[in-house]
Amino acid sequence: MRILPRTVSATVYTGFLVLLAIAPWIFSVIDEPFYLDLLSRGLILAVAALSLNLILGYGGMVSLGHAAYIGIGAYCVGIPAYYDFYNGWLHLGLTVLVSGLFALVTGAICLRTKGVYFIMITLAFSQMVYFTFVSLEEYGGDDGLVIYLRSEFPTWLSMDSPVALYYWIFTVLLITLFFIHRLVHARFGRVIVGSRFNEDRMQSLGYSTYRYRLSCYVISGVICGIAGMLLGNFTSFISPEMMGWTRSGELIFMVVMGGAGTLFGPLVGTAAFVFLEEFLSRITIYWHLIFGLMLIALVLFGKGGIHGWLSAFDSEEERG
Amino acid sequence: MLELHNVETFYGSIQVLFGITLTLDQGKVTTLIGRNGMGKTTTVNSIMGTVPPKSGEIRFNGENISGKPAHVVAQRGIGLVPEGRQIFPNLSVRENLIATAANFSKSSDSWDLDKVMEFFPTLKPRLGNMGNQLSGGEQQMLAIGRALMLNPGLLILDEATEGLAPLIRQEIWNRLQRLKQSGLTILLIDKNIDDLSKIADKHYIIAKGTVVWEGDSNALAAQPELKSKYLGI
Repeated sequence: MRILPRTVSATVYTGFLVLLAIAPWIFSVIDEPFYLDLLSRGLILAVAALSLNLILGYGGMVSLGHAAYIGIGAYCVGIPAYYDFYNGWLHLGLTVLVSGLFALVTGAICLRTKGVYFIMITLAFSQMVYFTFVSLEEYGGDDGLVIYLRSEFPTWLSMDSPVALYYWIFTVLLITLFFIHRLVHARFGRVIVGSRFNEDRMQSLGYSTYRYRLSCYVISGVICGIAGMLLGNFTSFISPEMMGWTRSGELIFMVVMGGAGTLFGPLVGTAAFVFLEEFLSRITIYWHLIFGLMLIALVLFGKGGIHGWLSAFDSEEERG
Repeated sequence: MLELHNVETFYGSIQVLFGITLTLDQGKVTTLIGRNGMGKTTTVNSIMGTVPPKSGEIRFNGENISGKPAHVVAQRGIGLVPEGRQIFPNLSVRENLIATAANFSKSSDSWDLDKVMEFFPTLKPRLGNMGNQLSGGEQQMLAIGRALMLNPGLLILDEATEGLAPLIRQEIWNRLQRLKQSGLTILLIDKNIDDLSKIADKHYIIAKGTVVWEGDSNALAAQPELKSKYLGI
């Protein structure tokens, strides 16, 4: 039985996950709690990026409206909390239901289009949600809403302390990674991947690709919604800004930077994105310019993203 | 088993098929032959539902499948090996086969991965390779294997041996002969008339979107002028 990872990239990813698992301990030893917050935020975005990767990387559906699900998930915490409903299961159930329904309805329409039309229509739906929440003055409108208490779960599942919340997020990340891995390697995933390359061919093999792609879109929306629920709890403040189209663009960059259509690509892409965002902003106030240039260079020269670079170290034999 | 009656198909406003009528009998091999651009592939696309006909009727096992979506046609038991093979390059050989496995004809002696490997032993050591890492012959074997994994009642091969080396071509013909002997109904499109004549029970010559001749291999051989007139040989 093989215990150790057999490729360089797998070793790096395993090491990365181990580091993430012990990160709270490391940050407490060096007395830098800020980094735990940074990491928590990064992992939430990683879950969102993983969900986008499911449709973008594996399914070839480039959505420029995925941040809407982050907002929906966050408001599924914020609005019940506004009425003093803090039950975590309620928040989670509401998130799954609302983000799933929204994905089902919008996906049923969006997936009738392709290419640039798909991008535009997902953006349009996302902006629709954005402006809906901007106009809801009851829930703070443009100013947003403060969440005074985090979602309440049984004690052993509590997310009250920063470390407990971090492990909540980390567990959701691990479950998401495992779930997506199983999903894309099952027949369902193979149909999605095959459809990205040749949808007509997949239909000629007896698959209603529309239904498969719609199911994939809904699953992706629900996962991203859960990321939004975590973000709402993490920031204790929600606003329509969470679902702006620039956030959707950032998610695409995270996926592309890490390696679209790979399991760990979006995770390392998000880590790199958050790291660069944080540390470049300390160097200069013009960090957006440097960041933008780096992203352009990555798109032009970094085919396969970070995962592509790491895979270059995997020998042919190891890759199997 | 499959009947096309007066099928007319258009690409936009351009008519390509002008009343195609043909019949495929159970367990027989039928060919569609003709020059490029005469409507052979469009006939296949009309059958599969990827380019639905505007008028006419397509009946498969007595059911009108004309205009039905491609996935429904495939589920009725029609397997297609398309022109250019169109295997999924982003899936491994195993995934190409497994992802499409189904038993649409509800046959008891169904095709599975092991049976395909036995039928095409060349593919066995290549199971882990991606689709785009195969040679042309291996890709064609994979495309046929993938169609067989659907356990179809009718197998359609569009340009069955196009672009293949003579040895590989011969291997494909041998395999098709075995499929014929197993009782599978086959519709073949190819340019190698001599090879087609050895395997086929019936031929249809298509010219300008309509059937201009039909007959068996003996009749085709007896009228060499057909080849020069309609096939440019």
